[in-house]
Amino acid sequence: MPKNAHKDSKERHRAVAAKKTKPEAMIIAKGLTKTYGDFKAVDSIDFTVHRGESFGLLGPNGAGKSTTMKMIAATSQRSGGELTILGKDPNSNGPEIRAHLGVVPQQDNLDRELKVWENLMVYGRYFGLPRKWLKVKIEELLEFAQLTEKRNSKTEELSGGMKRRLTIARGLVNEPEILMLDEPTTGLDPQARHILWDRLFRLKEQGVTLVITTHYMDEAEQLCDRLMVMDKGKIMAEGSPAELIKKYSSKEVLEVRFGSANNAQVAKELKGIGTRLEVLPDRILVYAENGEKCLEQIVKKGLHPVTSLVRRSSLEDVFLRLTGRTLVE
Amino acid sequence: MSLINTSVDTAIAIAERRSNRVGASVYSGRSRVVLERGYYALKSSTWMVVASGFVEPVIYLLAFGYGIGQFITGSTDGNGNPITYAQYIAPALLATSAMNGAIYDSTWNVFFKMHFGKIYNGMLSTSMGTLDVALGEISWALLRGLAYAIGFMAVVASMGLVPSLWGLLAIPAAVLIAFGFASVGMGVTSYLKNHQQMQWIQLVMLPMFLFSGTFYPLSIYPQFVQWFIQALPLWQAIELIRGLTLGILNLTMLGHVAYFVAMIIGGLFFTTRRLTALFLR
Repeated sequence: MPKNAHKDSKERHRAVAAKKTKPEAMIIAKGLTKTYGDFKAVDSIDFTVHRGESFGLLGPNGAGKSTTMKMIAATSQRSGGELTILGKDPNSNGPEIRAHLGVVPQQDNLDRELKVWENLMVYGRYFGLPRKWLKVKIEELLEFAQLTEKRNSKTEELSGGMKRRLTIARGLVNEPEILMLDEPTTGLDPQARHILWDRLFRLKEQGVTLVITTHYMDEAEQLCDRLMVMDKGKIMAEGSPAELIKKYSSKEVLEVRFGSANNAQVAKELKGIGTRLEVLPDRILVYAENGEKCLEQIVKKGLHPVTSLVRRSSLEDVFLRLTGRTLVE
Repeated sequence: MSLINTSVDTAIAIAERRSNRVGASVYSGRSRVVLERGYYALKSSTWMVVASGFVEPVIYLLAFGYGIGQFITGSTDGNGNPITYAQYIAPALLATSAMNGAIYDSTWNVFFKMHFGKIYNGMLSTSMGTLDVALGEISWALLRGLAYAIGFMAVVASMGLVPSLWGLLAIPAAVLIAFGFASVGMGVTSYLKNHQQMQWIQLVMLPMFLFSGTFYPLSIYPQFVQWFIQALPLWQAIELIRGLTLGILNLTMLGHVAYFVAMIIGGLFFTTRRLTALFLR
């Protein structure tokens, strides 16, 4: 399973990082706030991102993730608090900070008037990099993005996954220390997502610091060393995916369905089974150390679920616990 | 990435070298790369669009200068010497072609790039500043104005419609004029939000073209209308170019030059401010 292989390498990576002296802080936010009129999009949040780490912002749409990303990318001025990126203030050192960053926005903003190769060349020139150097760099990036064959294509001719890979390649043209990815796989089919994840792993292995927003828990579990769960502009929890699951959920989850009409009624009878119950419109979630045992208890009560499933806890459960809502509605 | 920079500056080194300069937060001295982008985009665009803007004033010249001009006698330069009607309107059309080229790129094209192409979002995610973008885009628009002006100049000069050698200076004057119109054009466009508002630009441009002393002298208007026309940029442009092609130089020309310098500075200032508000707030 590639998933487990990735996890192993992640553990190793962390072990190596731990041996070194204290990690270098790339991004430090204290009381970071962004208001639009009366609306607080980001409400006094604190966090630190270290060099080489893959840091995730997890939350539903409108949680304040993209706004936070824009402030880090020095394309949106904060309304309050402090923000330091590589020791500099983005409000006053915008161009300088942006030279350190690679930005992959939520909606691809490739230059539609330019071809694939030209997109990379022109973007590199925006950073003032010499053409000669860029010509070599672009070959490397095209190969990385698996777009060598498409160098002379117009961007409209590319698939969604290719466009996203080109946007990532473009974000790497200045050899950034921090790569910012806003919802990198939203709207992509499963195969395209896996290709993209693979590319992002390679970057991580090369020591690029990744800052990723997502509302997909599987993506967060796969890609992020550390996560910040956001909702309504605030931080609900912070930690590694495993830590968060351990802290806010049980080891296993038993999902039982009694038919949408009956779930709420049956839930009353299930009280006392497992550590916690969550009643959703279509199913009941029983949080427990041992899901199978809970299912036995339910059956002993003479209740017979239409379907049942025992699975491990995920970040989805963490989010449900923290906010009372599901991530993807 | 695996390719390590050794002999070449990194993007960071390039940005840091400028970080202590005045205005480093808006200008990184890289507006020329916006022209490079324009060149790549132009390569794959249709040349018809480029050509059509050049043809327009030539058509006016043929229809009015040689058609209607047959029935018009008594045209004079500013000193009372007789000239043909075509010689009278040729400099006005030259000024107009510089204006049209500059306005075409700095209004509709800029509007598209700003709202649909997301070009400036991309540029301003890099170490470029808003003044780089403004100056680069305005220069690109200026180049189109200059190209139209040079093309038109070649046509009218070969027809013998530029009696004075001072007329050569009409080309640098066209640069100044195109720069001024492009600056103000992009500045105004950056404040407009939809296509309806963009139509207002057209509503201003056409009457300004017809009534700014293009086809007849201002003296036919009542005094207050003359003052109004004299305040318009196209009149300033036409007077400047007409003086040069007819070889009649005077100090008021410096006033016209100052007028365009003010347009350039004002346009750049407002465009830069507006880009910052739109993309970096």
